[in-house]
Amino acid sequence: MATYNTNEFKSGLKVMMGDDPCTIVENEFVKPGKGQAFSRVKLRNLKTGRMIEKTFKSGENIPAADVIDTEMEYLYSDDEFWHFMDPETFEQHAADANAMGDAAKWLKGQEVCTITLWNGTPLSVAPPNFVELKVTETDPGLRGDTSGGGGKPATLETGVVIRVPLFVNVDELLKVDTRSGEYASRV
Amino acid sequence: MLSSIRAFFDKREILEVDTPVLSSAAATDCHLSSFSSNYRGPGTADETTLYMQTSPEYAMKRLLAAGSGAIYQICKAFRNGEAGRLHNPEFTLLEWYRPGFSYHQLMTELEALLIPLLNCQPFQRIHYSALFQEYAGIDPFNASTTTLRAQLAEHERPAIDEMSRDDWLNLIMSQHIEPKLGLNEPVLVYDYPPSQAMLARIRPGTPPVAERFELYYRGVELANGFQELSNGKEQRQRFENELQRRHKMGLSTVPIDQRLIAALNHGLPDCAGVALGIDRLLMLIAQKESLSDVLTFPIERA
Repeated sequence: MATYNTNEFKSGLKVMMGDDPCTIVENEFVKPGKGQAFSRVKLRNLKTGRMIEKTFKSGENIPAADVIDTEMEYLYSDDEFWHFMDPETFEQHAADANAMGDAAKWLKGQEVCTITLWNGTPLSVAPPNFVELKVTETDPGLRGDTSGGGGKPATLETGVVIRVPLFVNVDELLKVDTRSGEYASRV
Repeated sequence: MLSSIRAFFDKREILEVDTPVLSSAAATDCHLSSFSSNYRGPGTADETTLYMQTSPEYAMKRLLAAGSGAIYQICKAFRNGEAGRLHNPEFTLLEWYRPGFSYHQLMTELEALLIPLLNCQPFQRIHYSALFQEYAGIDPFNASTTTLRAQLAEHERPAIDEMSRDDWLNLIMSQHIEPKLGLNEPVLVYDYPPSQAMLARIRPGTPPVAERFELYYRGVELANGFQELSNGKEQRQRFENELQRRHKMGLSTVPIDQRLIAALNHGLPDCAGVALGIDRLLMLIAQKESLSDVLTFPIERA
């Protein structure tokens, strides 16, 4: 199995801690007074998203995690799995609900998502930063209101509900920021 | 900053010296890794290894034994493998020695040098043992390795199994104590366990203590000082023990500084000495968080 030495540690490096793949978020070289040197490392568990802190002796080796980020196109969902395709190899991968996290509510098909694969299996799915979705349900628009100041809920075609400005009408296409879950503009 | 440091020593009639960076011997400490280089030249037809100093300590002690009197030096020191927020493999040290001084007198002089530079309050002094009692609730001289490990349970991992008692103490120091140390006024920690004596004299007693001190300010270790060990025989023994540890840890062996031992045998005056990290001092004065903010070209760009 491939391993990394503490001297190779840097943020973004994917390593195994126990049974879980983790990504290094922060790595600090510490050498107290005169004595053993350590690497104090902050890691994010890629399965659970939890942050952990670990200390390694300088020079220690730890196993690498076979984790890569790839861009894939979302195809469809069969309710149990969400299916994606690598646009270059046409290889297909199925992500379960756990890996999908919040991503599913923004996807209707053909979006290019970032899929994190661990040993070839989707570990997590990040939707595009912005998606365009049609409004399926909202209270009638108010003329004259051109900016924020309040707002109202609107249901979009994937079923997700977001807050939108008062002037937005049913059937309009909206641009939404998936990172904040906020309305960005009309399209 | 450098000129006010030099003015401070000039006023006290301490001689500035300049000793070689390259030496045929190296520090034996198993936690120090020296850079080395190959030399060939007139009189040395066969290539010989020269080591770059990890501190000017050995050379300066040879001067003291030769009767130099009080001396100071501002120089580069080199430690392989050390790079991070508070480390750069090439760094600047200020080191000075005071014959006839006790290490407590030297702490007072260190304080006199730094208060105007750091523009800070008078220093707090705390015994190493009292420090561990206060911050971690443990007795560092007597606590078992199991007790020490329990302090760090959340970081415990199988690979840390082979750590020595001192490694655990150092880990507790760096995880739980150092970050909180000297947040208001600088803190001088003194009287270390004999196992961490390095080149300090050990004072007999129950328990015996190493007459060593370290200075911390805003969570940064800034200086390390000793009541200097002047017994050549004991120094040789410590070097040899350290070489054995190196061998056990699978580290390369390095030549012991026989000239230092000879100088100690000849007679090192009773003295106290301290080394202070100039880059870290500058970082604290400039209120920066990382050495790379004050170094012209840190190692990644050297």
